[in-house]
Amino acid sequence: MTGKLDLDPVLVARARELARRAGQPVVDLARSHTTVSVERAVLRLAGVTGADPDGIPWVNRLVDAVAADVGLGHGVAVPVFDALAREGGTDVTLLAQKAAAGSVRFDLPTGRAATAARSAARRAVGAGIRRIDRRRAERDRLIKRHGDPKQRPWIYLIVATGDIYEDIPQAQAAARAGADVIAVIRSTGQSLLDYVPEGATREGFAGTYATQENFRLMRAALDESSREVGRYVRLTNYASGLCMPEMATLAGLERLDMMLNDSMYGILFRDINPVRTFVDQRFSRQVHARAGIIINTGEDNYLTTADAVDEAHTVTVSQLLNEFFAHEAGLADWQLGLGHAFEINPEVPESFRLELAHALLARELFPDAPLKWMPPTKHMTGDVFRGNLLDGFFNLAGALTGQGILLVGMMTEAVVTPWLSDRDIALQNVRYVLGAAGGLHEDFVPAPDGFIRRRANQVLGEALDLLERIGEQTLLTAIAEGTFGIMKRPADRGKGLSGVAAHEADYCNPATDILEAAA
Amino acid sequence: MSERTGKQIVRPYGDTTGDGMVQVSFTLPVAHDKRAEGAAVQLANKMGIDPAMVVHAKPMGDGFTFFVVYGRVNHLVDLNAVQVVERDFALLSAKEVNTVVKQRLRRKLSVVGACIGTDAHTVGIDAILNVKGIAGEKGLEYYRELKVTNLGAQVSVPELVEAARVEKADAVLVSQVVTQRDAHLHNTREMSAAFREAMPAGRRPLLIVGGPRFDESMTDELGVDRIFGRGTTPGEVASYLVHALITQRKVNA
Repeated sequence: MTGKLDLDPVLVARARELARRAGQPVVDLARSHTTVSVERAVLRLAGVTGADPDGIPWVNRLVDAVAADVGLGHGVAVPVFDALAREGGTDVTLLAQKAAAGSVRFDLPTGRAATAARSAARRAVGAGIRRIDRRRAERDRLIKRHGDPKQRPWIYLIVATGDIYEDIPQAQAAARAGADVIAVIRSTGQSLLDYVPEGATREGFAGTYATQENFRLMRAALDESSREVGRYVRLTNYASGLCMPEMATLAGLERLDMMLNDSMYGILFRDINPVRTFVDQRFSRQVHARAGIIINTGEDNYLTTADAVDEAHTVTVSQLLNEFFAHEAGLADWQLGLGHAFEINPEVPESFRLELAHALLARELFPDAPLKWMPPTKHMTGDVFRGNLLDGFFNLAGALTGQGILLVGMMTEAVVTPWLSDRDIALQNVRYVLGAAGGLHEDFVPAPDGFIRRRANQVLGEALDLLERIGEQTLLTAIAEGTFGIMKRPADRGKGLSGVAAHEADYCNPATDILEAAA
Repeated sequence: MSERTGKQIVRPYGDTTGDGMVQVSFTLPVAHDKRAEGAAVQLANKMGIDPAMVVHAKPMGDGFTFFVVYGRVNHLVDLNAVQVVERDFALLSAKEVNTVVKQRLRRKLSVVGACIGTDAHTVGIDAILNVKGIAGEKGLEYYRELKVTNLGAQVSVPELVEAARVEKADAVLVSQVVTQRDAHLHNTREMSAAFREAMPAGRRPLLIVGGPRFDESMTDELGVDRIFGRGTTPGEVASYLVHALITQRKVNA
């Protein structure tokens, strides 16, 4: 399915090279810094679980205690396992509890003590990574047993009641109605919590808290559904915000299948510090790579704040950057659910042809990635009838351009959180379009020198111009100056900056060591 | 509109004046059968729809049925008894707004905007403030005589008060989209209380909230000067700012 747009391979290669050049300094930055959340993820892999009576996880208490004694820049693994050896115990969670009570002091061991602490940390973290490996093998077995969805794109549906026990029957009903992927939307504002809540939760705002227990409950429910519907139903959550590395780790441990994980979303839309985001993002992507999780990037979001025609090239640039960062972190093409969206104002003349041009450009630039196709939101007005028509065209564009993952659009977008009937009508819309025109991409070849080809090549050209401009400064400057999605985000501002530390010479992170050795 | 005496009755319009025809859809938590359709008719009757025609009934999942019902509603609406907040200020063009600010305020009018609380939906505030604007109207950043500071999403109330102080804000615009558990109302009350506490009445900026789910008549209850609902454009907000801060008030510039 390549070659429908007659893209110049020299320009495409140039675009990738420019993305690499823009991204590499950020990778270098990520490789030389750590964050509280990276360190907490390491401790989660090493087996620290649970939370104190106030609901603050023991990993938070332990990282804070280590940082208070010896700072963060050495990594917490060595000081923690050194202390564990001195205390004569094997239970890291117990150590966290003692540390929180103030009865443990952390040091930077030298000589044999340091070597012993390093190898103990590596053993404990290695056991955690092996658990992730086992969950991945288990997924492979279940897919073999139940099978993948029969059609592409996979049908991706959101549930978001705030109560995990209400989400479960809704998710199971959605699977029965044809959903291949269930995403549990998180509670509004969770991305700005600098800890992961614990346990099963029944109260959320416009979504359900992402917790390890909620992950486990929903995955178990969808395993049941997979058996029932005869196809493996995938589960999605969010590795974004301040706890990206931990979310990725918990997703790996509980066999989630997809995670929202954009390289710049947190910076632009949540005002999270850029350095914090890039460091967290790299670690989370390394975990996703290992866990066999498909990431979903967030380019659709740019188009909700910027104009979908004028700024179409920023989506392409972001996709190229996301691809670079993802490959660098060890993700394979099949794991790259690069995002884009159907957000052009329907009043714009030829809006549907423009959408097709943009969608096909993404398809041709990333032929092996399961692109994630996001429905209209910005131009949904509350006129549910018109909205349903717009969603039909969105579905048709997805079928025509061979998208991999289709997020089902709701005609009640911007009105209410979807009702049962909204979901049913929306799924009916998808089924009709895929049933009536699912194979139309075979016949759909835009005319040479026609509108669609010209538009796609124009967007690629604009993307190259922007990448050239970013190359002249740096990606961090470009973000600071509001190149993406209009928002200006300087590198020394934003939330979570206090949780970032530069590596000391003896920085040790057994998780990164193991993950990078495999890559 | 016409004088406020007497009645002016209207009924819904299907294809003939006075036919009272409406169309509704809803879901009942019952499996689809004859009884379910009867239940739908009964509900429609209780809603004042009589006769009610169930034109579509579709089972959804286990034990749910979706209905579309057409029918004649027997309720009447008296237009003269309708209460809404009418626009009580003149709509000005961007040029007129700039001129009034320049000539009568003789400095830039400072506007600080934010989404407060955990609300991350900047759609509303951006539509009003960003140059991009909405519905073909440019946002307030486009007005030469307005100085706009957009703090973006998830701004805490103390941050907002501080920014208003630093920017010497004449007006503070707050957008609230998320309404779960009345978060928009709680957040707005918290915001207005914080401004009342931090600044004396004469020095307090004009407090404006906007969002699709606000009742525009709740200003007193929420402690704000103005509420803008769904479909508000930047031009309306700019015109209101000029009205409230300049033409209606003696400004201490």
